Amino acid sequence: MPLTKNLNIAIIDSNPALVNGIRINKEDPPDPRVSTITPATISMFRDIGAWQYLQQYRHAYFDKMQVWDYTGLGYTRYHARDVDKDSLGCVVENKVLQSSLLLCIQNADIQKKIFPSRLVSMSLNPGLKSKRMDGISPEISRGDLTKLQLNDGTCLYAKLVVGADGSKSQVRELAGFKTTGWNYSQNAIICTVEHASENRCAWQRFLPAGPIALLPVGDNFSNIVWTMNPKEALDRKSMTEADFVKTVNHALDHGFGPHPTSSLLGNGNFFSWFRAGVVTSGDGGFEIPPKVLKLASERMVFPLSLRHANDYVSKHVALIGDAAHTVHPLAGQGVNLGFGDAFALSRVIGEAIAVGMDIGEVSLLKKYEAERKPANIAMMAILDGFQKAYSVDFGPLNILRAAGLHAANYISPLKRRIISYASGEQRLPLFS
Amino acid sequence: MASKLLTRVRTVPARLGYPRLLSPTLAAFAPSRLLSDAAAAAAGAGDSPPASASPAPRPSGSSGKLEHNAGSSSVHSSLKDPELAKFSAIADTWWDSEGPFKPLHRMNPTRLAFIRSTLCRHFGKDPSSARPFEGLKVVDVGCGGGILSEPLARMGASVTGVDAVDKNIKIARIHADLDPVTSTIEYCCTTAEKLVEEQRKFDAVISLEVIEHVADPAEFCKSLAALTIPEGAIVISTINRSMRAYATAIVAAEYLLRWLPKGTHQWSSFLTPEELALILQRSSISVKEMAGFVYNPLTGRWSLSDDVGVNFIAFGTKNSQ
Repeated sequence: MPLTKNLNIAIIDSNPALVNGIRINKEDPPDPRVSTITPATISMFRDIGAWQYLQQYRHAYFDKMQVWDYTGLGYTRYHARDVDKDSLGCVVENKVLQSSLLLCIQNADIQKKIFPSRLVSMSLNPGLKSKRMDGISPEISRGDLTKLQLNDGTCLYAKLVVGADGSKSQVRELAGFKTTGWNYSQNAIICTVEHASENRCAWQRFLPAGPIALLPVGDNFSNIVWTMNPKEALDRKSMTEADFVKTVNHALDHGFGPHPTSSLLGNGNFFSWFRAGVVTSGDGGFEIPPKVLKLASERMVFPLSLRHANDYVSKHVALIGDAAHTVHPLAGQGVNLGFGDAFALSRVIGEAIAVGMDIGEVSLLKKYEAERKPANIAMMAILDGFQKAYSVDFGPLNILRAAGLHAANYISPLKRRIISYASGEQRLPLFS
Repeated sequence: MASKLLTRVRTVPARLGYPRLLSPTLAAFAPSRLLSDAAAAAAGAGDSPPASASPAPRPSGSSGKLEHNAGSSSVHSSLKDPELAKFSAIADTWWDSEGPFKPLHRMNPTRLAFIRSTLCRHFGKDPSSARPFEGLKVVDVGCGGGILSEPLARMGASVTGVDAVDKNIKIARIHADLDPVTSTIEYCCTTAEKLVEEQRKFDAVISLEVIEHVADPAEFCKSLAALTIPEGAIVISTINRSMRAYATAIVAAEYLLRWLPKGTHQWSSFLTPEELALILQRSSISVKEMAGFVYNPLTGRWSLSDDVGVNFIAFGTKNSQ
């Protein structure tokens, strides 16, 4: 973006990889920390020229998705063809994402400096009101900037501080943003597993304690994200690899409940009139996910929570990504919301520079917040709704959920809308 | 809107005799306005010399209107003009984007977008550059606290900001000095006429939301034209004298929504786009482009449009002699 080319950027991150570069060995099995990026995020990467670096490493497009639960009452299959696209998304290891972005920055013609240290304190110089009208005292000559103190003693002054430091954001703490949220009483186990052949479908099965997701990561590997209560998570982490593989296969296949049949009430009664002209997702009925042969990485456990900052911006400070909002991983949306924030903020800054505005001004930053907050909150509400709906095993509720899955599978306009929203093409679930 | 820029009154009788441009249907309003205009003008510009200006607000000049001694300049300076007093009172809040000047802050990016596109086109500058006005000398007549001057400076222009209210200039100076980019702005507490006397010339003369506070718009336009080099640019924005403008800019903005202090605007001193174009033409300026600002109450944003019914902005170029 030519307008923002002349901005002076400081990147404060104590991760040594930023200075040393991220070395990725292509022979290694995939790291369990992966992200599913939507087509919208992919096109953002292309726009900034980072996709070319990413393509050299392992990344797995998937064009099919199947979602079902343990009750055996319903399932839904999505195919990218339903919305005339080639893929529903791409699963990429986090280190590949970071490396491609880093290479993109290093090769970009912008003024940047990396500070490999941590932020210790931040203070906003007093505004105009507290100054006296006669004469200008020396401290004010750098006034109206934010002063940042790093742990190696460096002192920086900035017009705008962007807090992109994750769910335990230091910037958010120091700037005094209040948050709302709660911890889910669930932890997630992530690991990489290997199959006999390539997997091109994203599988998610809702179990009584939480969903298990099997995502293709390339070659014959898949990534597992299994949400469950903390005690079970510890058990499953410490059991032997062979036992773990058995429980995974059990969870994906016959465990906890039967396979769903192709229709809820026999063949073609209740929903048959929906089926006329329906988008059938090609392959037809329910499929059993591929068997896991062995574990290909260590198992990692981390707690899940929902957190949302009440405001995203204040004078000279803006929060993006997980610093502003943390969501449940059950739909793979978290990092995509974060990238959406980043691009929205950069666009708003570009527009401000076009008319000579001070980039730290609140009214300007509020434009970014007004654009992203409703979208993020809508997504969080939906994900939280799913999480709550699937955490209760109650007969009528199970049937309602199954009906929902059926509707999502057989009502084409709804299906298209769902796919389009989950792919990031649509910003809000309704009215967009 | 920034502040009242008064033309120095030479002689009141001559002032009264000058025909003010008004459309015939509203001639009924004209006499009283003329009288109060002249009275207000005669009551003294209130712009004491910059160095010794006292920040203490003078008593409002409304009572002074009836007591003035026509033609005696010694009486003029002791009575503070009501227009100037209005702005002096709230001068401290210029840079509070949630304060009394909030509508101006909200409108600013939209006005700048218009100025940017017209000036870039006129001077052949690259609009995709971050500093397209590099090398242009611009004067902001009625700059107030510098809300327009600072973005213009950030866009690369060499900006001179003038205002008749000394407090505004002080505020503008302090705020501009906070950022090295904007500290190059030259602020003067003076009037357009004085600048003309000093024979100053600029590539672009910008006067936004000022002309509706001026006693004699035609004279004001002549001064603006005199400050512009031949083939230079002039940008003026004001409020249309329409029923809609009365309903929105006065009734809604001043009384219902309380965006502006009551009495900020006088409906009779608004100009219609045709009148503005005519008086500019008489000052050798041809209006090339005009646009309206519309406010969307749902999003709280202003945008440019063809609707010149309420707020509008005009871009003109000075004919080469």
